Amino acid sequence: MLEVKNLHASINDKEILRGINLSIKPGEVHAIMGPNGSGKSTLSAVIAGKDEYEVTKGSVILNGEDLADLAPEDRAHKGIFLSFQYPVEIPGVTVTNFIKTAINETRKAKGLEDLPAKDMLKLIREKADLLEIDRKFLSRSLNQGFSGGEKKRNEIFQMAMLEPKLAILDETDSGLDIDALKIVANGVNKLKSKDNAVIVITHYQRLLDYIVPDFVHVLHNGKIVKSGGKELAFELEEKGYDWLK
Amino acid sequence: MNKFTEDDLKKELETKEYEYGFYTDIEADKFPIGLNEEVVIAISKKKNEPDWMTEWRLEAFRVWKEMEEPDWANVNYEKPKFQDISYYSAPIQKKQLDSLDQVDPELLKTFEKLGISIDEQKRLSNVAVDIVIDSVSVATTFKKTLNEKGILFMPISDAIQEHPELVKKYLGTIVPTSDNFYAALNSAVFSDGSFCYIPKGVTCPMELSTYFRINEGGTGQFERTLVIADEGSFVSYLEGCTAPARDENQLHAAVVELIALDDAEIKYSTVQNWYPGDAEGKGGVYNFVTKRGLCEKNAKISWTQVETGSAVTWKYPSCVLKGDNSVGEFYSIAVTNNYQQADTGTKMIHLGKNTKSTIISKGISAGHSQNSYRGLVHVGARAKNARNFSQCDSLLMGNLCGAHTFPYIEAKNKTAQIEHEATTSKIGEDQLFYCNQRGINTEKAIALIVNGFGKEVLNKLPMEFAVEAQKLLEISLEGSVG
Repeated sequence: MLEVKNLHASINDKEILRGINLSIKPGEVHAIMGPNGSGKSTLSAVIAGKDEYEVTKGSVILNGEDLADLAPEDRAHKGIFLSFQYPVEIPGVTVTNFIKTAINETRKAKGLEDLPAKDMLKLIREKADLLEIDRKFLSRSLNQGFSGGEKKRNEIFQMAMLEPKLAILDETDSGLDIDALKIVANGVNKLKSKDNAVIVITHYQRLLDYIVPDFVHVLHNGKIVKSGGKELAFELEEKGYDWLK
Repeated sequence: MNKFTEDDLKKELETKEYEYGFYTDIEADKFPIGLNEEVVIAISKKKNEPDWMTEWRLEAFRVWKEMEEPDWANVNYEKPKFQDISYYSAPIQKKQLDSLDQVDPELLKTFEKLGISIDEQKRLSNVAVDIVIDSVSVATTFKKTLNEKGILFMPISDAIQEHPELVKKYLGTIVPTSDNFYAALNSAVFSDGSFCYIPKGVTCPMELSTYFRINEGGTGQFERTLVIADEGSFVSYLEGCTAPARDENQLHAAVVELIALDDAEIKYSTVQNWYPGDAEGKGGVYNFVTKRGLCEKNAKISWTQVETGSAVTWKYPSCVLKGDNSVGEFYSIAVTNNYQQADTGTKMIHLGKNTKSTIISKGISAGHSQNSYRGLVHVGARAKNARNFSQCDSLLMGNLCGAHTFPYIEAKNKTAQIEHEATTSKIGEDQLFYCNQRGINTEKAIALIVNGFGKEVLNKLPMEFAVEAQKLLEISLEGSVG
C-alpha cells in the first residue's frame, strides 16, 4: 500500500529525514517510536504533503502512485488521513459542518455528487455512537475550547467518517488520560480492516497496549535504526532509546 | 510539492473578475455635469415636486456649499470633483408602465444578470422589490398585496406626490440636511429612493427589498430611503447594491432614515457589492453613506450589513435610542481586498432609560486593503441603566493589509454598563493545512474559515440574503491568502 523509499526531507535547508525506508501492506499496523526530535512528526507531515517541507531525495508511493506532485488535499482524496498531534481551532465552524465539507469535497474530487443530507446525518450519528461521542459535541465550533481528550476523539471521529486507506496517528496518546486513551484506541481498533493500514506514531509504549502493532520501527536522527515486532516496544519501554543510538 | 503556491493564489485572485461589472445600453436622460442652484431646481422640476420640496433641496444645497468634505476617516483617496459629476440620470421610458411586460427589454436583461427575475420572485419568494437604476426607481413589485395591509412601499418620488404629509413630517428629521457634507449633498440632489410606511400594529408579511444599481458613467447616485414603522409594527427591509466595472471612480452618497415609533421594530439588512476597483486599485465606487434610525419607547432597530464592495467606504449606520427601553443593534461584516479601504462602524446614542445596544463587528482584510472599525457608544445624562455590549473582531490574510479599531465611549450617567471586546487573528498556514489534509482545498478552506468567523452576523440576515452574502464573501476573498 505505502512504500517510502530512501526519503530525505528538510525544512529551511535543515535536513530532518535522512533516508527513510518503510513498506506497509493493507491490514497492517506499524508503530513508529523514537525520542523527541527524531523526525517522527516530520515523517507524518511529509507523507501528508505539508508545504513547508522539501523532499530532497527519495519518494513516497501510495498504491503504485508517486505522491510527489500531489497537494495535501489530493493525497487526502486518495485515502491518506493524518490525526494531528495539535488539531487547530476553527471558530464558528461546527464539527458537523467541517466534516460535511470534508466529505463532500472528497466526493467531488471523485466525481460524485454531494452526499444527501439525510445520509450524511445517518453516517454522522452512526460514527458518533461508535466513538461514544455526545450529540451536543457535534454542534460545537471545531476544537474551540475542547479538552485534550475531546480534540483527539474528534480526530478519530473524522477518521471514522472519511474511512481512509492509510491513517497516520501522530502522538494521539499525548494529553490523554487513561480512560480517553482507551476510548480512542477502541475506536481505532473498530475501524481497522484488512483493506486499510495504520501508522501509530508515539513516544511511549502505553498506547501500544491498546492498539497492537504488527511492526515497530525506531526512528533516530531521521533514520529508522531498528525494526521489529511488538516485543520491541516493550524492550524500548524497559531500556529507553539510548542503547540504539 | 503543492500545486497551489501562494503566488498562484494571488494571481488567480487578481484575475478574478467582478461578476456584476456589465453595463446595460439603455437610453438615458442625463443632465450635463456640474452643480448649482439651477441644477437643483431642475431636478426638482423634473420630478414635478411641490414648492416645499424644492425649497428644502435649495436650503440643503446652500448648507452644503459652506461645508467641507470630512477628512477624519482612516481612508486616502482623491476627492471627487463635484463639478464633474452629472447629478441626474434616468433610464428613458416612454410612458408610465402598468405592468412589467412593458418594461424595456434591455432593462429586464439587466435584472436577470443581477439575479433578479422579477417574475420568479413574484411566484417563488416572499420579497417585494423596488429597483433603483442610476437615480430612478424603475420597478416596484407586490404593490397590491402590500396595499391590502395599508403598507406603503414605493419610490420616494411617488411618495412626495401621493403622501406629502408623511414625507414632510419625517424627511430630514433623523438625518438633518446639515448633518454632514454628503448628507447635505444628498438632500440637495437626490432623485429617487424608496419610501416605506407600515401602519400601526401591522407586521409586514414579506421582506421589502430595494436593489440599487449605478449604470451610467460619470454620474453620481444619491438615493434617499425613508422607512417609517408606526406604533407596534414590524418590517424587515433588505438592500442590495451593484455597479458596472469602470476605470473612473463613481460616487454614491445615500441617506437612509429609519423611524421606529413606540413598540415598533425595523430590521434593515444590506448586502453591499458596489464595484471595488481592479486589482491595482483603479476605479471603484466611493460609498459615502449616512444611515440612522430613531427608536421611540420600547422600539427596536437592527442594522445588519455585509460590505464587500466599494473602493472607499465611509458608513456608520446608527441608532438614536430616544425612547425608554429601546434597543439598537448593529451586526456587520466588512471585507476589504486588493486596495479597498473601509472606515465603517456605528453610533449608539443612548438617551432613554434602560436602553440597550449590541455591536458585533467583523472586519476581514486581505491584499493591500485597510479596514477600520469606528464606533461611538454615547450614554446621555438621563439614560439610567443603559447597557452596551460591543465586540470587534478582525481577521487578517497576508502581511500587507491592515485592521484598525477606533472605539469611542462617552458615558454621562453613572449607571451605564459598557463592555467592549476585541480580537485580531490571522488565517494561519496551520489552519489551511489542517483543512487541506481533510480534502478541503485552500479556496474552500478560506471560505469555510471566513464564514465561520462571520457566522454571528450572517445568522442575522434573512434566509434569502444569507446565501447570497455567503457566496459574495467567497467571491471577494477567493485565493486571498498570501
